[in-house]
Amino acid sequence: MSALLFIEQLLNGLQFGVMLFLMSAGLTLIFGVMGLINLAHGSIYMIGAFAAAAVAGATGSFVLGLGAALAAAAAAGALVELTVIRRLYDRDHLDQVLATFALILIFSEGTRWLFGSFPLFLDVPDALRGPAELPFGIVYPRYRLAIILIGLVVAAGLFALIAKTRIGVRIRAGEADREMIGALGVDISKLYTLVFALGAALAGFAGAMVGAIQSVEVGMGEPVLILAFVVIVIGGIGSIRGAFVASILVGLTDTLGRFLLPILFGTFLDASGANIVGTALASMAIYILMAAVLIFRPTGLFGAAT
Amino acid sequence: MIREWQVNAAIMALLLAVPLWALVADEPFTITLTTRAVILALAAVGLNIALGLGGLVSLGHAAFFGIGGYAMGILAHHAQTYTPVMEWPFLIEGTKSMPLIWVTAIVTSALAALLIGLLSLRTTGVYFIMITLAFGQMFFYFAISWPAYGGEDGLSIYLRNDFPRLNTLRPMPFFVICYVILALALLVSWRIAKSSFGLALAAARQNEVRVRTVGIDPYRLRLFAFVISGAITGLAGALFADLNRFVSPTMFSWQMSGEFIVFIILGGVGRLFGPVVGACLFVILEHWLGGVSDYWLIFLGAILLLVVLFARGGLIGGLAGREVAHD
Amino acid sequence: MIDTILKLDGLSKSFGAVRAAKDVRLDLRPGEIHALIGPNGAGKSTLIQLTAGGLQPDAGVVRFAGRDVTQLSMVGRARAGLGRTFQISALPMEHTVLQNAVLGSLGQSGRVMRFFNSVMTDRALKERAMAALERVELADHAKTRTADLSHGQRRQLEVGVALTLEPKAFLMDEPMAGLGAEGSKRLTGFLDTLRHEAPILLVEHDMDAVFSLADRISVLVYGEVIATGTADEIRSDPRVREAYLGENAA
Repeated sequence: MSALLFIEQLLNGLQFGVMLFLMSAGLTLIFGVMGLINLAHGSIYMIGAFAAAAVAGATGSFVLGLGAALAAAAAAGALVELTVIRRLYDRDHLDQVLATFALILIFSEGTRWLFGSFPLFLDVPDALRGPAELPFGIVYPRYRLAIILIGLVVAAGLFALIAKTRIGVRIRAGEADREMIGALGVDISKLYTLVFALGAALAGFAGAMVGAIQSVEVGMGEPVLILAFVVIVIGGIGSIRGAFVASILVGLTDTLGRFLLPILFGTFLDASGANIVGTALASMAIYILMAAVLIFRPTGLFGAAT
Repeated sequence: MIREWQVNAAIMALLLAVPLWALVADEPFTITLTTRAVILALAAVGLNIALGLGGLVSLGHAAFFGIGGYAMGILAHHAQTYTPVMEWPFLIEGTKSMPLIWVTAIVTSALAALLIGLLSLRTTGVYFIMITLAFGQMFFYFAISWPAYGGEDGLSIYLRNDFPRLNTLRPMPFFVICYVILALALLVSWRIAKSSFGLALAAARQNEVRVRTVGIDPYRLRLFAFVISGAITGLAGALFADLNRFVSPTMFSWQMSGEFIVFIILGGVGRLFGPVVGACLFVILEHWLGGVSDYWLIFLGAILLLVVLFARGGLIGGLAGREVAHD
Repeated sequence: MIDTILKLDGLSKSFGAVRAAKDVRLDLRPGEIHALIGPNGAGKSTLIQLTAGGLQPDAGVVRFAGRDVTQLSMVGRARAGLGRTFQISALPMEHTVLQNAVLGSLGQSGRVMRFFNSVMTDRALKERAMAALERVELADHAKTRTADLSHGQRRQLEVGVALTLEPKAFLMDEPMAGLGAEGSKRLTGFLDTLRHEAPILLVEHDMDAVFSLADRISVLVYGEVIATGTADEIRSDPRVREAYLGENAA
């Protein structure tokens, strides 16, 4: 194992973690402010990827594609909030699960109907193609490096939005006491639509960015959604900071697990056996991490202890 | 207004009448379709003990369904290749005997439910939903990445497994086996609802602190409910794999877990027969709408959305009216 | 020295900077009603939680029925014989009145893990439940859904479920709340006789009830017991007068 290879995997894990954060930040915000569990968040991620692929494919411009992804995801989020989600705030979690599960079916099959079953491909923009040369002789794909940087910038922006702006104050107030901010004259239903659209835009953005390194296809959102749930459970529901730390943790655990566990088992098993056991265990690593967190902190690393 | 038990009796009669008619009319596919509905109903009856009675919204019951499926797949695979499942520390041979496979499916899925339950029942509400979903996904990925039993491609079994004195290769005897097991599971779930345990579990669903105040530990109640629930869904998994003579990681998929919940809701929450009606409705829709359009799941999604938003009682609720208080 | 059933010994509890309980000492003796009063925000809810096992104290000991129960959960203290009623009814609303009472009997019997019996036709459980319902005048409503009961009837059922537990002591959180004059009077009469079965730690806002019922009264202000004594002693205690009247009189 060379140090360079390890660093490359480390960066892959970081890139994966940053993308997970964009997904889980929206989910945890929506849960924190509205008390809603939203399974359709993965569909929004998919919508972002499809919008980016379709528009970039038609215009040849990656930036236009990215803009389309943001717009489509935010619009889909706002539309869904206005028509369906706002009827669910007062319902129990079972109803929320079912209604958003129904939305997944509608979005997935609707997308399949529009775009067919074959995956679309989104090209990496020319400016970001090829490897970047980092200090110490590290060579890493330019695009993935961009994902990490852009993701970190978005994360910082989100922290600033919540900590510094009036919207952020209202979001935090909404998490603390919904009725009170209603009584203070804040239009709560507008705030909810806004938060939902913001979360959706983040998910759509993540979908578009990842769409250039994976194939864009129906069903791409749900595996990421479930990983985002793992992130939220580890980080603590409603905590953006927790979502960030847990995203990076999950991203690194998953990526490094896949890289290191086969090597680890290779020290005392034959090559193919080590690969099988290592790969199988690596596929479970983040869930084992989640279980461990649950044993020691049932409300997550940054969750309020109840 | 029709009474709920009358609706239930009619459902069981209809469920038997359809394959009998199909047998006479020589429509074996209809028998297979009904068998599929019965097995899916069994899986949802299992889930309903946790969800309907205990209020535990498990979005990971596919884990138990899949474990049951692989219990059948692995045992039958070793039997048909004449290799032992394991030789150390003790010898376990494969088998083609349904009863043995069922016992294995029940025990292994109950154990998995115990482990998952021990961890996830420390939390409630949304956490519980997310954690069960995540553990379900863990089994899915494990099944995909473990190559010994087919990995992503799954395992095929040449012939359906054996049951003493019945020719299980023909659709009707296999249907009868599944039908009887469903009836037994309904009986068990009805008895549990009426029992001391059932009363306490239902009370814990509605008001946890009350149950604590009378000196009953809700965690223990829920853990037992989760294990019983997982075991029944696991048994359904073994039958489902036997029906298809095939098991693959899709039995572990999160969509499967979601569909089990959908069955319960389509039929009516809190109804003994809710899962049965829901599963039948699902199979009928899948068959009919699936024939009309490749995108039939859009319609299912729309129906589900309307039921959740506007018709909480489900189909039985529409037929039998508001649930009457027991006794 | 009369032995005490329940003894809170030096209980303290803080939430962040707020000290909700400061070195609280309180006891409950056989046959008595010990009322706990105090202005809003005095820390009564915290003290109830500490006594019932819903919260763990930062310091101090809870002794109940001759043993240290500080480490016991709410479930454990209920099993040890603490019968609690809630200010806001905590009842499974879909269940009938009888089912609620049978749940109490079931908890008392300790035989919960039976999966195939028929709990609502179990004679022993049902008799115990019906006896309790008769005492709180709800026997005629046994088959009514709890959700369909009036507010006052739910209050009665709260007490009824506690009775099925046959506890060694009662912990009652504002049982009179929202009962109306007639209801309060009837419940006052009932609690008056109940104290001889098991002593009652009574947290109550209804001062008529408190002063007519209580053998002893403790006054809680800012998490501290500032006085304990008979009704007359409390009426004339200068610190109590200051706490209750001080801001108005000054």
